Amino acid sequence: MRYLPKSTADREAMLKAIGARSIDDLFAPIPAEYRLERDLKVPRQMAESEIVDWFRERSRENGDGHATFLGAGAYYHYRPVIIDSLISRGEFLTAYTPYQAEVSQGTLQSIFEFQTMICELTGMEVANASMYDGSTAAAEAVMMAVRLTGRRSVVIARSVHPEYREVLATYAHHQGLPLAAIPFTENGRLDLKALEQAITPETACVLIQSPNFFGTIEDVTSIAEIAHKSGAMLVVSIAEAVSLGIVEPPCQADIIAMEAQSFGVPLGFGGPYCGVIATREQFVRQMPGRLVGQTTDRNGKRGFVLTLATREQHIRREKATSNICTNQALVGLMVNIFMTIYGKVGLRELAKQNLAKTAYAAQQFGKHAKVLFSGAPRFNEFVVETSEDPYAINSRILGHKIVGGLPLEKFYPELGNASLWCCTEMTTRTAIDTAAGIVAESERSVKPSKEEVEEVAR
Amino acid sequence: MPYPTDFKYTKEHEWIKSDGKNATIGITDYAQGSLGDIVFVELPKTGSEITAGKTFGSVESVKAVSDLYAPASGTVTEINSALATAPEKINQDAHSAWLMKITLTDPGELNSLLSAADYEKFVAEEGGH
Amino acid sequence: MKHMTRKATRHISQNEGLIFEKSSAGKAAWKLPPLDVPEVDTSGLLGTSERKNLGNMPEVSEIEIIRHFTRLSTWNYAIDLGMYPLGSCTMKYNPRVNEVVARLDGLANAHPYQPEKISQGAMRIMKSLSDCLLEITGMDAITLQPAAGAHGELTGLLMVRAYHQSKGVPRKKILIPDSAHGTNPATAAMVGYAVENLKSNAAGMVDVAALEAQMNEDVAALMLTNPNTLGVFEQDIHKIADLMHAKGGLLYMDGANMNALVGKVRPGDFGVDLMHLNLHKTFSTPHGGGGPGSGPVAIKKILEPFLPTPVVITKSDGTLAFEYNWPQTVGRVRAFYGNFGMFVRALAYILANGPDGLRQTTEDAVLNANYIRKGLEGVYDLPYTTPSMHEVVFSDKLQAKKGVKTMDLAKRLIDYGFHPYTTAFPLIVPGALMIEPTESESKEEMDLFIESMKSIAEEVEEDPQTVLDAPHNTRVSRLDEVAAARKPVLRWKPAI
Repeated sequence: MRYLPKSTADREAMLKAIGARSIDDLFAPIPAEYRLERDLKVPRQMAESEIVDWFRERSRENGDGHATFLGAGAYYHYRPVIIDSLISRGEFLTAYTPYQAEVSQGTLQSIFEFQTMICELTGMEVANASMYDGSTAAAEAVMMAVRLTGRRSVVIARSVHPEYREVLATYAHHQGLPLAAIPFTENGRLDLKALEQAITPETACVLIQSPNFFGTIEDVTSIAEIAHKSGAMLVVSIAEAVSLGIVEPPCQADIIAMEAQSFGVPLGFGGPYCGVIATREQFVRQMPGRLVGQTTDRNGKRGFVLTLATREQHIRREKATSNICTNQALVGLMVNIFMTIYGKVGLRELAKQNLAKTAYAAQQFGKHAKVLFSGAPRFNEFVVETSEDPYAINSRILGHKIVGGLPLEKFYPELGNASLWCCTEMTTRTAIDTAAGIVAESERSVKPSKEEVEEVAR
Repeated sequence: MPYPTDFKYTKEHEWIKSDGKNATIGITDYAQGSLGDIVFVELPKTGSEITAGKTFGSVESVKAVSDLYAPASGTVTEINSALATAPEKINQDAHSAWLMKITLTDPGELNSLLSAADYEKFVAEEGGH
Repeated sequence: MKHMTRKATRHISQNEGLIFEKSSAGKAAWKLPPLDVPEVDTSGLLGTSERKNLGNMPEVSEIEIIRHFTRLSTWNYAIDLGMYPLGSCTMKYNPRVNEVVARLDGLANAHPYQPEKISQGAMRIMKSLSDCLLEITGMDAITLQPAAGAHGELTGLLMVRAYHQSKGVPRKKILIPDSAHGTNPATAAMVGYAVENLKSNAAGMVDVAALEAQMNEDVAALMLTNPNTLGVFEQDIHKIADLMHAKGGLLYMDGANMNALVGKVRPGDFGVDLMHLNLHKTFSTPHGGGGPGSGPVAIKKILEPFLPTPVVITKSDGTLAFEYNWPQTVGRVRAFYGNFGMFVRALAYILANGPDGLRQTTEDAVLNANYIRKGLEGVYDLPYTTPSMHEVVFSDKLQAKKGVKTMDLAKRLIDYGFHPYTTAFPLIVPGALMIEPTESESKEEMDLFIESMKSIAEEVEEDPQTVLDAPHNTRVSRLDEVAAARKPVLRWKPAI
């Protein structure tokens, strides 16, 4: 097998050196009743060309070359080519976790830069070296608030990504933490009155997402006031990282839990992505995940090390802040390079383009269908309510090799025929016009028949 | 290093000095030596209750965390705030870098603790392993 | 260096500061195409939510970024450069065809919410990988959702809890051997279980008598690594499984050491009820400096009702679908479906090997570990004489007499051109040296390793200070971890 660097002669020499007659001797510790005497029933060994062909077929079966209006926690942005050039270097790709600092300074310094830039973008004081993804980062951030306040219940906005809420429910359930869900108003934002009523002296934190699942920017200042006045912490989840280029970060938050996928990580059918937790310095010892710190070596030279490791599982074991060990380091490096490429000016311009494309699309759709939640500012997603079932509209749009917005009925049944549409800098005017045209056609054809039905009823 | 004779000691390497009503608590020189460079100390808030034999905080070095066990029961009146910015004071002089002061609930509890001589013997046996 | 080494020499490497130190206004590495829709009035649209300032984010050119990261990369050790003898990490070759297929457009740019009609390719990959992993483990069902081993442990224990709750008695404790990886007790605590320690016997294996004494109807499960962290196969595994099952408990296996078992034995056959796999260990997906990983959890039928949703199912028309209606599910452990990019890579690895390749891989892994054991026996103390599978654990007992500890030996190994082995773990061996070469190492590389370790042992006798002061040939040496922990500096700040 071509990955194995041994000849028959090598194996024989090694067995001889060990004093074993055959390799079977070395597997003698496995009780005979369990030893497999047959081949595993997996596909036969393939040549490299066959492997590539097999996956190419899968890629074709997977809608390659489609334009997309899907967002909802995973965003299609352009990935500058040098990201892959750099992360494909063997010294990054095949390196281990940087526990041995002297031979891992490349990884450690990159993470230190990553932590710095996340702080700059989020307005927080410290950031960790990545969590699995935005959903688990949010769940772990809530657990952190519970530990810090010593309180045992959590208030969560319904406008937080439904799957993030499911993950939190899973994590919270066995810890016996009650979760209270707060509705959104007709402008798409968190219902502040309902929030006031839901907070009790037992509330550890309020979890919101901004821009929220509908793309609407929350009134973070007011929410922070309400939470803090009761001694609860504010945890803000950010799913669309590009928003940080043009939308004020939620500086009033105590903890920010981000999904950084938008920053140069491929959509990849849902993973691997890149969660991050950022918070204030005073909370750092309760923060999960790895942290890189700057220090000097014995010759006074600047260097970087993993630090505050006593929070982590390999030392604290059952008292650890989390069980996380392997994180998303290589994906974090993609994010790091993306942030470096766009930088101070580029991130803002990128975000502006997203804003412009979305504003145009919302306007075009709004001519024929109903665009919801227009009473509050939004970033790059909007919700459209159509007369016809959005699944039906989408199958017609699919015929143009365009994937339409996400029908929301399964997540928010009360919104009926609503669907969530996202436009990024990758969305073309042609695609927007095509999709909007099909929606317009749908509205035109449905309305006359509705009027007919009403006529008949009269 | 000689162990102060006016202190009492626990097998978990804490010391306690008391006047019958109030007490001061710290960790011994042996403890700081085994821990290595101390980087962080976690202490309870003033006003909280501690119970003899139960953990009340922890001491961290780079690679390890050690729980701290209360030598006696009482209420915390003061914690040594200097340790928040300079935990290395414990390494420098563990017997004067006190951790916290408490009012004692039951001064009798101290009678079952080790004297300086007994503690020195105990440590010599431990160190021999 | 006193002793000659043929593996590494000193070499000029480039200095490089922080990217912020290169930043200045007006430099750019990006360019966006012109807008094909009207410009917008940002302030008009966003009002007070508008961000005006991106603070100290850098501004640099493309070549500076290329040089920055290229230079940084040259400061790293990597599998592509040589062996990582790290125990239980399974640092094997990361095949490049895996990287190519993961980047195919239909897979790399697939949105997780795209219609199932155009997701059949991705779902077929998930199903094929699942089928292969089930065959390899001898289990009945599997979830690919967990993002890493620890996440898999969490998912597994959630299913254990759900199982016991469905039987009416949730049970309170998890038994964990003292040789276990730290994620095991950390996970048990996260799931709300009390952790009870299980002592190892004199051979470093599970003390079956102790297990019998500690096992009762309050114990939900035993979390076992097999082979254990000493690299030893638990020969009493059948007794262990029977003991657990007799009192209604479950046997969880931490699959970190599967590299010793693939194609030779299946955990499902020796009584395991559920287990996680580490795709970034056994199945060759790259470590990438610390992740991403993937931690699928394979289970026996009794646990199937509790799987996280969605579950990949085959419909009557033969197409694949995501089933969300799973009444007793433990719920989701993350958004979307898992680290799909790692599924592609792991499946490519399995297809490249086939049944014969997988078996040969395991045999070579065990052969390599035993070869190193033989080469270093007598040079370093071997605390347990039980046969090793794919990894071997020595201790620093002989060298400690001269005041040299495992970490010092590890640092000196760096000067010889190798990454250190795992130091100070497992906890049951004081001063441990845990070595796992994997099948990816040639006889030549291992001979160089053995020679280096022998040379270091000699240095300990003749000139211990060289070892104590190591490494000598790296860009930085013995970084001050105490200062880093006392006064953490976790980000760059501009000079005031």
